[in-house]
Amino acid sequence: MDQTVFDILTWLFVIPGGLLLIIGGVGMITMRDVFARMHPAGVIDTLGAELILVGLMFQSGLSIVTIKLALILAFLFFTSPTATHALARACLSAGVTPKVDEEKSTALSRGGRS
Amino acid sequence: MGRRGNIGVLHAISLAIGLAALWWLLSGYTIPLILALGAGSIALVVYIAHRMDVIDHEGHPIHVTWRWATYMPWLGKEILMANIDVVKAVLSPKGRVHTSVFRTKATQKTELGHVIYANSITLTPGTVTLEVEDGVMIVHALTRGAADGLKSGEMDRRCTAVEGHPEEDR
Repeated sequence: MDQTVFDILTWLFVIPGGLLLIIGGVGMITMRDVFARMHPAGVIDTLGAELILVGLMFQSGLSIVTIKLALILAFLFFTSPTATHALARACLSAGVTPKVDEEKSTALSRGGRS
Repeated sequence: MGRRGNIGVLHAISLAIGLAALWWLLSGYTIPLILALGAGSIALVVYIAHRMDVIDHEGHPIHVTWRWATYMPWLGKEILMANIDVVKAVLSPKGRVHTSVFRTKATQKTELGHVIYANSITLTPGTVTLEVEDGVMIVHALTRGAADGLKSGEMDRRCTAVEGHPEEDR
């Protein structure tokens, strides 16, 4: 058990995490409208950030840095949905309506511009 | 919501403990002078929070901590599955991306319960809460799977369970 094991573990987490960030970024560009783009951004916020932070924790070992990384993770989990929701609300009140595939999209017929 | 008395003191103590733990874990200092300064700033923060009347069951929900801990693993699993779903939708959008906006029932009784549910929906990639009304959430979903998963109501049920019985807890 030396540093090599932890290095391998770090790579096992950081590489998939990095790939998820790239996929999320591609999705944010290729999706059709602002509401659809929020979902790939969610991938970056959740699993992407999570994997990278856990990977970094293997580097810092049992130290205060690991606790700080865990705290970053926790705060990210509480704040990112709030930010996403605020963004969605801002878009709605600016008059942007989501493009939907579903025919009976009456859910927002009343709201939207409130 | 000015709930004073024993419960208020309990919340203030738990806020102070939480702040102290956070302060110490972020700084790592053991020098007495610095520790005293930290204790002083914590006392100031608790006093200001008390003056602002934000130390209550809503701003500082200690009563759901235990049930919340049992909810987290399930939410983590859901987030993992949802991530895979959205990644697939990004890599091959044809036939997978099926956006929809729909209403779904929220059976939580308190605002805290609604916040937990709405945040859980948004945290899960593939679904974003657009609006929260009385007992109803308006949700935007990226794929059919994400929409159906939410419509099944399991997340709603679990969030209501986290909320527990608000009357007894207060």
